[in-house]
Amino acid sequence: MNLNEEQIERYSRHILLKDVGVEGQMKLLNAKVLIIGAGGLGAPAAMYLAAAGVGTIGIADKDKVDITNLQRQIIHFTKDIDVEKVSSAKEKMNQINPDVEVKTYNEFLMANNIREIIRGYDFVIDGTDSFASKFLINDACVLEGIPFSHGGILRFDGQTMTVKPNDTACYRCVFIKPPPANVVPTCSQAGVLGAIAGMLGTIQAAEALKFITGVGEPLYNKLLSFDAKSMRFREIKFKKNDKCGVCSENAHITELKDEEQAACDLTT
Amino acid sequence: MRLTINGKEETIEKNSVTVAQLLTEMNVEMPDMVSVELNGDFLERENYDGIEVQENDRVEFLYFMGGGSLIG
Ligand SMILES: [Zn+2]
Repeated sequence: MNLNEEQIERYSRHILLKDVGVEGQMKLLNAKVLIIGAGGLGAPAAMYLAAAGVGTIGIADKDKVDITNLQRQIIHFTKDIDVEKVSSAKEKMNQINPDVEVKTYNEFLMANNIREIIRGYDFVIDGTDSFASKFLINDACVLEGIPFSHGGILRFDGQTMTVKPNDTACYRCVFIKPPPANVVPTCSQAGVLGAIAGMLGTIQAAEALKFITGVGEPLYNKLLSFDAKSMRFREIKFKKNDKCGVCSENAHITELKDEEQAACDLTT
Repeated sequence: MRLTINGKEETIEKNSVTVAQLLTEMNVEMPDMVSVELNGDFLERENYDGIEVQENDRVEFLYFMGGGSLIG
């Protein structure tokens, strides 16, 4: 496969980058990235990955667009209220870039289907809200050996790390197990400044593009954490946890199970 | 004693303090929503009461953050 003339123009600002070039753009066009959650983090990530020409983008979400989503989930428009989020997202991604094949998964990702869904993807972006989902995605990606980006936001704060299973510390190495379900404020209950979801989702998209093209160093073995009030960014470095339940030699998790969900009566 | 907490030098007016007490001391509202790294090791939440921090220890409080879309 070669780039046609229109593609050379469309991706010229990538191609001009010495580190990317035609070769990097070809890698992107051949890559498969799965975005789990078409919400605050997944929306900007999906738009940037589509624009970048990632050849196959999967998007998984079971929700429909709600008016409270529109403050930050910028892939969904006012006209999309009550439409399935994955359909709304696919429409915009195809409008941004018809080169991209968008696969939609209008379903809950659970222990019994997640491994099948993520299998075959080169990189996964975790844009989910609940900690049960975050641990499930971590464990599934570790067991399947698929690199992924973790992202979290709360009020004015954000955090992200990139995991290359078995080589680098995973989400469970750092966070060990979900917090007790009844104490958890998620985005939907605690509020969030919309643009911060955009900052985070965009960092996650950049990590996916870096990973695919092999440019630079992903956020391995560190958590990038920021406080948007002061706009200060910090890196917390760590190594793999030799007691990690899923990626250490002492791992006891060899099969997935669904964790108890945090109670949540609002949709993100 | 002097500690490095979240990268900042802090002085605690005590000679010994458990991780749980330190979380209170530092006004962490929801200790259940924090993973604690002590000198490079991550601690089990159940042990916050039993582990003491020492002079010059490096402590990181890493908050659990969700905040994308509910998918499960
Ligand atoms: Zn691990």
